[in-house]
Amino acid sequence: MTAIVLTGLRKRFAAGGTVALDDVSLEVRAGEIFGIVGRSGAGKSTLIRTVNLLERPDAGSISVLGQDMLALDDAGLRAARRGIGMVFQHFNLHSRRTVAQNVAFPLEVAGLSSAERRARVDEILPLVGLEGKRDAYPAQLSGGQKQRVGIARALASRPGILLCDEATSALDPETTQEILALIRGLRSRLDLTVLLITHEMGVVKAICDRVAVMEAGRIIEQGRVFDVFTRPEQATTRHFVSEVVGHSVPEATLARLPEPGPGEVRQLAQVIFAGPNSTRAVVSEASRDFGIDINIVSGRIDEIAGEPFGVMALAAYGPEEKVRASLAWMRRLGLTVQELPA
Amino acid sequence: MSWLTPTMQDLLLEAFWETLIMVGAAAAIAVALGLPIALLLHVTDRDGLSPRAWINKPIGLTVNAARSTPFIILMVAIIPFTRLVAGTSIGTGAAVVPLALAATAFLARLFENALREVDKGVIEAARAMGATRLQIVLKVLVPEALPGIIAATTVALVSLVGFSAMAGAIGGGGLGDLGIRFGYQRFMPEVMATVVILLIVFVQGLQSLGDWLVRRVSHR
Repeated sequence: MTAIVLTGLRKRFAAGGTVALDDVSLEVRAGEIFGIVGRSGAGKSTLIRTVNLLERPDAGSISVLGQDMLALDDAGLRAARRGIGMVFQHFNLHSRRTVAQNVAFPLEVAGLSSAERRARVDEILPLVGLEGKRDAYPAQLSGGQKQRVGIARALASRPGILLCDEATSALDPETTQEILALIRGLRSRLDLTVLLITHEMGVVKAICDRVAVMEAGRIIEQGRVFDVFTRPEQATTRHFVSEVVGHSVPEATLARLPEPGPGEVRQLAQVIFAGPNSTRAVVSEASRDFGIDINIVSGRIDEIAGEPFGVMALAAYGPEEKVRASLAWMRRLGLTVQELPA
Repeated sequence: MSWLTPTMQDLLLEAFWETLIMVGAAAAIAVALGLPIALLLHVTDRDGLSPRAWINKPIGLTVNAARSTPFIILMVAIIPFTRLVAGTSIGTGAAVVPLALAATAFLARLFENALREVDKGVIEAARAMGATRLQIVLKVLVPEALPGIIAATTVALVSLVGFSAMAGAIGGGGLGDLGIRFGYQRFMPEVMATVVILLIVFVQGLQSLGDWLVRRVSHR
């Protein structure tokens, strides 16, 4: 079952201005955590804001939980928005309301009585670990605590969908992991569908099931997070993946690598081991069968969504055609091989 | 202290009372009128909640016109209007009308600035939660701008104390007028000094009260 279906979305800011969305289509399945990753200006922020129509697209359709968002009148849209929680990068809390009053805000807007609001706030604050802070003002909280308030507020009216607009980008790495763990936990506990945008691949790696990569208003690649990490197809995707996987060989290491002998080339390559052939003795097989020398420059085992994979940087020495054939052979085994500049 | 006769004491007390009335009444009217005008300006602004240039432009122009007219001229120019509203064009009550008008225009702009200072993100969050425009204005915009609104009101009160001195021109009375009539025209520097000191203490009091209130209501 799909929770969010975006079809053919287009958006241009000001006539003749930059294209924020260029024919974007996307499906988010119920219960999954879907990440959209891209650099700033790629259009991801505009995209997530079209889901609850904070931003109206110029063309395309938006369906959320089976509801055609663009067909709604003002009252219908407000009702639909109450079913879509949203968390923001800068928290966007009311500075003059306490934690409890902030969390109660969406309930107040929906017209719940003060007794109902209090009951719901009492119910939700423990879920985000803030039961002791109900009367504190935002200025008295840490960044992580503020975002917990933001999450509690977003979930107060029991939405089925949670939108996270760079929810951890203003937080330090440790707090980021805490907030991500919280979102992941709440997703299972409350049967949420989560759509998040981020410029950090680490966020995608930590909690997403599927990911889409955006560039210049388009989705250039999407799929299961494990697949995208282990077999990135586009240059931009590889760049994002490298932030987390880390493929570049340090300059100092590079300088110390032996030069190729006469008639030989030196080819650096990053190899990602994933899939059925990831346990084969690829390096020694290649070395034996192609008569080349392989120097392992760096390597490590990583894990995404519980699936392990290996990343290795190799320096292959030998006649050019042999080196090339060996890399082609690795690719045929289903490994991801990316040649790096020497 | 030979100048401080019982008559002079009464005059000073009465003048202080007149200043209090002129400043207080004008400020109360100006807040009551200035806030809705500021909200209208803010909401109908180009990137406001409900952009309406045909409302925003004329109101903005009127506010600017009122603000750019020197108070002493404004006071005289609106005498027919003052007579219509206050029933007379002279006296403390009549002076409240031009004071309130000038302060309304002044406060409308200051309040508009205070509203503009409200974090756009908080408003966006309220929209995302399904709040109506009216709810956003009443539950987000005004409460979040309250410290700025109080600070602006304090500034306006202090300005009004200065403007009220000119109200003597239409028989409004007040401390400033007393200072001019006795201190200047009757060569009584002691009266002038007393008036100035009273005004300084009064303004300091207003400012301290305003600052204290701002601190109380803001939680930044």
